[in-house]
Amino acid sequence: MEQNAEPQSDIGTPPNLRRIAIDPVSRVEGHGKITLLLDADNHIHEARFHIVEFRGFEKFIQGRPYWEVPFIVQRLCGICPVSHQLAAAKAVDQLVGVERLTPTAEKLRRLLHFGQTLQSHALHFFHLSSPDLLFGFGSDPAQRNIVGVLEKYPDLALKGVKLRKYGQQVIAAITGKRIHGTATVPGGMNKPLTVAERDALLVDIKNILLWSQDALALNEQIHTAHPEHYRFATIRSNFLSMVGGGGELELYHGGLRARSATGAMIFDQFDYRGFQDILREEVRPWSYMKFPYLVELGKEQGWYRVGPLARVNNCDSISTPLAEAARKHFREFGHGGFVQDTLAYHWARMIEILHCAESIEALLHDPDITGTDLVADLGEKRSVGVGVIEAPRGTLFHHYQIDEQGLIIKANLIVSTTSNNQAMNEAVRSVANEYLEGHEITEGLLNHLEVAVRAYDPCLSCATHALGKMPLQVELLDADGTLLDRLTKGSNGVIERTA
Amino acid sequence: MSADTTQNPITQNTITIDGQEIPFVAGQTIMDAALAAGVYIPHLCHKPGLTPHGSCKLCVVDIASRSVSSHNSDRRVQAKFQVVADSRSVSACTMPAVAGQQISNNTPALNEVRKTITQMLFIEGNHICPSCEKCGDCTLQAMAYHLGMLDGHFPQFLQRRAVDASHPTVMLDRDRCILCELCVRASREVDGKNVFAIAGRGINAHLIVNSASGKLVDSDLETSDMAAHICPVGAILIKEHGYEVPIGRRTFDLHQVGEIGSEEIILTKVRHADE
Repeated sequence: MEQNAEPQSDIGTPPNLRRIAIDPVSRVEGHGKITLLLDADNHIHEARFHIVEFRGFEKFIQGRPYWEVPFIVQRLCGICPVSHQLAAAKAVDQLVGVERLTPTAEKLRRLLHFGQTLQSHALHFFHLSSPDLLFGFGSDPAQRNIVGVLEKYPDLALKGVKLRKYGQQVIAAITGKRIHGTATVPGGMNKPLTVAERDALLVDIKNILLWSQDALALNEQIHTAHPEHYRFATIRSNFLSMVGGGGELELYHGGLRARSATGAMIFDQFDYRGFQDILREEVRPWSYMKFPYLVELGKEQGWYRVGPLARVNNCDSISTPLAEAARKHFREFGHGGFVQDTLAYHWARMIEILHCAESIEALLHDPDITGTDLVADLGEKRSVGVGVIEAPRGTLFHHYQIDEQGLIIKANLIVSTTSNNQAMNEAVRSVANEYLEGHEITEGLLNHLEVAVRAYDPCLSCATHALGKMPLQVELLDADGTLLDRLTKGSNGVIERTA
Repeated sequence: MSADTTQNPITQNTITIDGQEIPFVAGQTIMDAALAAGVYIPHLCHKPGLTPHGSCKLCVVDIASRSVSSHNSDRRVQAKFQVVADSRSVSACTMPAVAGQQISNNTPALNEVRKTITQMLFIEGNHICPSCEKCGDCTLQAMAYHLGMLDGHFPQFLQRRAVDASHPTVMLDRDRCILCELCVRASREVDGKNVFAIAGRGINAHLIVNSASGKLVDSDLETSDMAAHICPVGAILIKEHGYEVPIGRRTFDLHQVGEIGSEEIILTKVRHADE
């Protein structure tokens, strides 16, 4: 149940409830499992990053009315629910025949999305990844968390907390809640931003800009000064992202662009409503997560990366000046080519956080933002809607088909983590090749694998720990499939050898 | 039962609810008298102006008896709900007010029973509040908050119930139906139609549509009917108008379920979303 915007403070323990503790080891299955397969020469043949959780959203929204969908699917995630709400809302706009939102509605959605990306990026870097980068991958897990950062680098950690809080304030002003609010309606938005709400957000925006610049400078310094960072888990991949009409970085609405690892254009300004012509999904029996690939390049060569690294590499420019200057630095580091380092995701993420801060400031000064014309005239109903957005972790596809009564009969969601599935496997293989010695999985290897996965996605970890104790199990199999070693880290941080 | 008409009509008749003396006129139920006096008795299936139904049982109150009641003589029941032995439990919405009644309403024991009933309503249907468009406007949800319900307690029934979206403007989602029959009575008594009915018994009871096909599209339901708006949960909805009221301006963001006259507020809200 939920009703009030503010959390209730007097929630107690439900009566007559028995609390059953589940051994953390048994919970590892649901959160992270890596299998390393050796070949006959004892080299890493394949690394499999298993996703064994099954969500089932695509199935259970079948039969539900289309206008309900943005608020069901946003429950997929507690970090980026706004992205799901907006992607679904864009699809719903098509279902009700709306091609163009009112200027106020579009700007409110953009403001909402910038707030969402800002808070998610802040969480991803400061709360979940900065401990790895600041203390070292193999440092004591008791310190390697946001509390440790708060103790040793209080100024930095506090800026991270405040950046996230500000993004959530933007979200709450527009959706009524920091997490899982409601804002979109078919063809528009349900609430204007009042002048008072706008002014409240303007109070802190200068600090937000400064802190974003500080976060960016720190990331750039960490990445460029330490070879162990920029060489870590580096893989070469194609990149997929949305770009604006002029090839600029675009998070809310634009055309799809894919480029190969060498920078060659695979397609550009592709209308995402036809995404099925350029993307396919492969199912592999050992994971519930599919493996998307670019049709033009096929299953073997067509895997790609999405997210901040893809976006900042792929775009020709960024519309805000500070972030554009940072993008140029980034490209210089790649010597004109793409920066392919896995940990450069964090650097690119902070370029985007600065872009979000700049864009929020610009939108708050736009007179349209406090307008009251919120819903466009609805057009002729359509049976298919495709909504695509650049979520914090990458391109997000929502595809719905409805019947003549308005009920969903088919749904397909390709979330960012799915697009990065193969890349995470490749990154894991790269790390395993570098750090596996003999037939024994070491604690150091396990820590390094964790860092590689977290560069792409914090979600697996945040589901249970949020403080750097990602439940993870790593298995080593020989060419015959015989288990050679197994190391498990529970959500309490305790590592056990269970082979 | 009929109201006590032996009292002197000049002397105002009164009942006592939780120690508060409350006047009533002949023909009023305990609920009528309580609401008229601004005393809230929790209820889901009652709406002033419609024939009382007594089905949700949330409005059950205890009336002190002059002799030991047989109703609650089972000691196990008394122990579980701390029922007062010499009282009897009645539905306030159907029990006529009788002069001198000593009534217990807002007691921990009764509220505990009400909470249990509410929990059973939640687990019998499929009430997914986080994504329901009635969230914040739902009387069942507001009742759960009012009674301090923290969980469903009982195992979910997870019943499969049919959605009827055949009507062009009104949708029926039986997942959320609590069988209060407000729509049945509103259609019959206010709209002058007979669109809805309850079929089946016990756990098989379910809301049906009185049309040849059993579908809403073949009924004479219209958007302007009270039956299309009176649902206290999200079972009967006006299509394509969900989530239009922002969080912070929904009914129960602004009002308490225990507010007298909340039924009219809810009806106004569903007819004119943002009032």
